Amino acid sequence: MKAWDAIVIGGGHNGLVNACYLQRAGLDVLVVEKNDWVGGAATSRELTPGFLYSNCSYVCSLFRPEIMRDLELPRFGLQVISYEGGAVFTRDGDYLANYRDHDAHRREFARFSKRDAEAYDRYARDVTRQCRFIQPLLMRTAPDPTSLRPRDIGELLYLGKKFAGLSAEEMALTLRFWTMSISDFLDEYFETDVIKANFALSGIIGTALGPMSPGTAYVLLHHYMGEVDGSVGAWGYARGGMGAVTKALAASFKASGGTIRTGAEVDHVLVKRGKAKGVVLAGGEEIYGKLVVSNADVKRTFLKLVEEKELPDIFLRRVRNFKIRGSSGKVNIALDSLPEFPALPKDSPVYRGDMHFTDSMERMERAYDDWKAGRWSADPFLDMVIPTTLDPTMAPPGKHFMSCFVQYAPPKVNGHDWTDADRDGFAESVIAQIAEYSPGFRDRIVHMEVRTPREIEAEVGLTEGNIFQGELTFDQLLFNRPVPGYAQYRSPLSGLYMCGSSTHPGGGVMGAPGRNAAAEILRDLAKSTSHMSPAHDVI
Amino acid sequence: MNHHPTMNPTTARTAAQSHFRTLRLDTPFQPRIDALARTQDWYNWAGYRAPHSLWDEELEYFAIRSQAALFDISPMTKYRIEGPDAEAFLNRVTLRDVTKLKPGRVHYTAWCDDEGFVLDDGTLFRLSPTRFRLCSQERHLPWLLDSAIGFGVSIEEETEAVAGLALQGPTSFAVLRDAGFAGVEKLKIFDLAEFPHDGDTITISRTGFTGDLGYELFVPTEKALSLWDRLMTAGELRGIRAIGYTALNRARLEAGLIVANADFTTAGHAIRADRLRMPDEIGLGFMIDVEKGHFNGRRAILEARTKRKLRHVLVGLEIEGNIPAEHAIVYHKRSQEVGLVSAAMWSPMAKRNIAIASLARPFGDTMVEDLWVEIYAMRELQYQKLMKRAKVVQRPFIKLDRRTANPPADF
Repeated sequence: MKAWDAIVIGGGHNGLVNACYLQRAGLDVLVVEKNDWVGGAATSRELTPGFLYSNCSYVCSLFRPEIMRDLELPRFGLQVISYEGGAVFTRDGDYLANYRDHDAHRREFARFSKRDAEAYDRYARDVTRQCRFIQPLLMRTAPDPTSLRPRDIGELLYLGKKFAGLSAEEMALTLRFWTMSISDFLDEYFETDVIKANFALSGIIGTALGPMSPGTAYVLLHHYMGEVDGSVGAWGYARGGMGAVTKALAASFKASGGTIRTGAEVDHVLVKRGKAKGVVLAGGEEIYGKLVVSNADVKRTFLKLVEEKELPDIFLRRVRNFKIRGSSGKVNIALDSLPEFPALPKDSPVYRGDMHFTDSMERMERAYDDWKAGRWSADPFLDMVIPTTLDPTMAPPGKHFMSCFVQYAPPKVNGHDWTDADRDGFAESVIAQIAEYSPGFRDRIVHMEVRTPREIEAEVGLTEGNIFQGELTFDQLLFNRPVPGYAQYRSPLSGLYMCGSSTHPGGGVMGAPGRNAAAEILRDLAKSTSHMSPAHDVI
Repeated sequence: MNHHPTMNPTTARTAAQSHFRTLRLDTPFQPRIDALARTQDWYNWAGYRAPHSLWDEELEYFAIRSQAALFDISPMTKYRIEGPDAEAFLNRVTLRDVTKLKPGRVHYTAWCDDEGFVLDDGTLFRLSPTRFRLCSQERHLPWLLDSAIGFGVSIEEETEAVAGLALQGPTSFAVLRDAGFAGVEKLKIFDLAEFPHDGDTITISRTGFTGDLGYELFVPTEKALSLWDRLMTAGELRGIRAIGYTALNRARLEAGLIVANADFTTAGHAIRADRLRMPDEIGLGFMIDVEKGHFNGRRAILEARTKRKLRHVLVGLEIEGNIPAEHAIVYHKRSQEVGLVSAAMWSPMAKRNIAIASLARPFGDTMVEDLWVEIYAMRELQYQKLMKRAKVVQRPFIKLDRRTANPPADF
C-alpha cells in the first residue's frame, strides 16, 4: 500500500500553498478535497451560465507576494487588479467616497468635515506604523514564550527587539491598538459619524464583534497590512474571481508533480499509537501518509476528524473554547446590467470600488445587537463590490457579477438551525437595502446565491461559516493562535500538522499559515527550505 | 434684488461632489499662468496644478535675481486665527514669542508636537492685534483646533478663499510702486500693510523665499486676476516674468532656507521614528524662546538640550568642484557615513557648489573637519563617482543688501 510523504486535508488556499511548498521540497504530496473542485473559500464558480461567482472570499490584498513568486503563480494565470476606492451611501441621498488620489480623498472628506479631512494623514501615519510592526511577523512562526529552545528564545528576542525599537508613545499605541475597539480608536482622530463608519467597517468584517467591542481595532489592521504589488493597504480583484488564486495554486502544485483528489471527503485521521498515519475517506477508503496536514479549521480538525481520546484534555478544552463564531453571510448576484445609484454620479470611480450603506457607528452596532439576540441584522452591514467593472472575464459584456458580504448573520437563528425560509428572509434584508439606494435593482437580478453560515459551513467546511477560521482577537493571535502551546503548526499528535487560517497569522486569503506550516514540517524532516523566500524587507 | 440665483441644496451637493473629476485644481491665477506655460511642465502642489517651469527654468531663476519674478503661492495652506486669545494661543502653539510680533509684522516660525518634534515651519502674519494668518506647507487643522481648547480663538482654514503671489527680485519694489500701491516704500523687511485693490483690500508684506528684495501679496480669490494684470502691466518695463517652482527652489537654497518634507520630515507624516526632528536638529533652534512660558514641546526640547539627546544637525555645506551633490551621502574621513544632502546646486550668485545636509551629531556640530560627499553623477548612462571635500559653512549662502535696504532700491 502506497504511503504518501504528506496528505493535505482540504484544497483551500492554505492547503494548496502548503502542498506546493512540500511538493517542491521533494515530497510526494496528495491533497484530498471533499468538494468536486478545489479552492475552499477562494473559488470562482459558474453558478449560472456566463457568470463566474467569487462566491466566498471576493477581494484580494493579504495574499503574500513572496508566495506568489515562489510558487510561480503568475505563470499559472494569477493576476490581481487594484480597485478604485469606494463609498458609504448616506441616508440623506449623499455618499462619502474614498478616492485613491490623496487630495481628492481630502476634498471628499472636507465635504463633511474640514477637520476630519486634515486628520486623515495622521490616522494613515499611525495605522501605517502599526502595519510595519506586524508585517514582518506574518511570515515567521510565532515563538513559544514558555519554551527554552534557542529558536523560540531567538524569535522572542526578535519580537522583543522590534517592540523595544518603538518609541514609548508607539509602544503604548501598539498595546492599545491590539486591544481597543475600532470605535474608540477612530474617536481619537475623527469627529464625523459617517467618516468613522467608513473606516470602522474594516474592524468588524468577519468578526462576531461590534465596532464598540474591544479588540476590533486589530481587525482593521489585519485588513490594512496587505498590499497590491507594494501598495500597502490596497485591495484588488483577482482576475477571474478569487478562484484564480487557488486555480493557479492547483496548477502550480500539479506542475511540480503533486496529486489532487477531489470529491474525497475525509471522515477521520488515521491514528495509530498516538501518531497520524493517514486519512480515512467518507467511503471507508484508507489512504496512508507519513504525515497529515489539516487545512480545516482547528475545531473541525480536532473535534471532528480526530477521536477525542487521542488528544490531551486541556488541548481539547481550549479547542472547544476557541472562538470561531459565525457572524457573516454572502449574497452573490448575477445582474443583467450595471445597477444605478442615483446618489452617485454616473462616471464615479466608486462603481469600481467597494460600496456600503451603513453610515453611522450606531447603525453598525445595532446590526451587531441583532446578532447577539440570535437574529440576522434587520439593517445589515454590506460590503458590496462589482468586480466585473474591472474584470471582463467574469460576466458577458454589459452584464455584471455583484458580491455582497453581509453582516451580521448568527450561526443559529433564535437558537434553531437556519431554515430555507430564514435564508430567504436574510437575502431579502440585503436586497431591500440595496434597492433602497438603487431603484429597479430587483429587476436586474438574473440569478442569486444566498449563503448563510449554514451554507458556508456545509460547502466550504468553515465552522459556523467563520471566514477567518477563528476570530482575530488578541487572545487568539500570535503564540496563542489557535491555542497556547500549539501555535507552531504542530498538534498533540505526532505527524499531524495544521496549516489553515486558525493558525498564525490568521485569516484572509493570505497563504502565510500554509507557507509557515510547510517551513515547520520541512524543519522536522530536516529538509531544505531554500525554495521559500523570506518575508520581503520592510524598510 | 438678488442677482445670484440661490443654488438649491441638491445642486450645491452635486457641485461639491464633482471634485473627483478634477484631481488637480486650478489656482485663481490659472488662466494667466496657462497662457504663459510654454513648457507645460506641471507638478502637484497640495492638490493644485502648479508649474515646475513656464518657459525656461534657468532663465526664470535669473528673472528673480535680475528683474522681478511673479510666483503663484495660492496652494500654500492658510489658516485665519482670530479672537481675543489669538496671541496667547499662538504663543502657546508656536516656538517664537508672539507677544513680540507687533500688528503689521510677519515672522518665520515653527511648531512642534508634545514630544518636541517639528510639525512644520511657516510664516505668521499679524494682521491686527487679534487677527493672524498662519501659512504653512502641511495641513494642521485638527492639531490647531485641539490646541485651541480653552482659548478664546476661532480657527478657519482659508486656503481656497485667499490667493497669493510672491513678487521677488530687485525691481519688485518699483513694480509695486508703479502699480500704484502708495506707501509700499514704507514697508521694511517683515512689515505688512493693507492696500486698496479693485474695490477690495489686499495684504502686501515684505517677505519672500528668495533671499532677495521681494514681497508677498494676499488677495481675495475674486480679485486675483485683476491683481495679476495690474502687476504685469506695471512690471512690463521692469522685466517682470512669471516663474515656476524650480527657479524659486534655487533661490531659496541660495538663501539657505529649508523646505518641509524636502529638507526634513514633518512629525505629522514621519512613519519611521528616527526621522523625527527637533527644531535644534534642523537649524530652527534660534526660534525657541524658553523664557516665554509654556509652548507645545517645550519640556521635551529643554530635556533634549540638557540631556544632550539631540542627535542630528542641519548644516550648510560648500562642496569642492561644481557638480551638484543632490541626495549625496556625507562621509567623515571618506569612509564613515554621517549624513545626507537634502538639497544642492551650483550657486550662480555665490559661484560655489552649495548644499543643505542633515548630519548625525557630533558631525556637523563639534566635528566639522574631514567631511566628504560622494556624488553619483549620471553621465550618458554611467555614474561618475566623485568623492568631494565638503566644508560646513554658515547659511544663508548669499546675503544681498537690497533685500533689507531702506528705502528699497528703485531699479
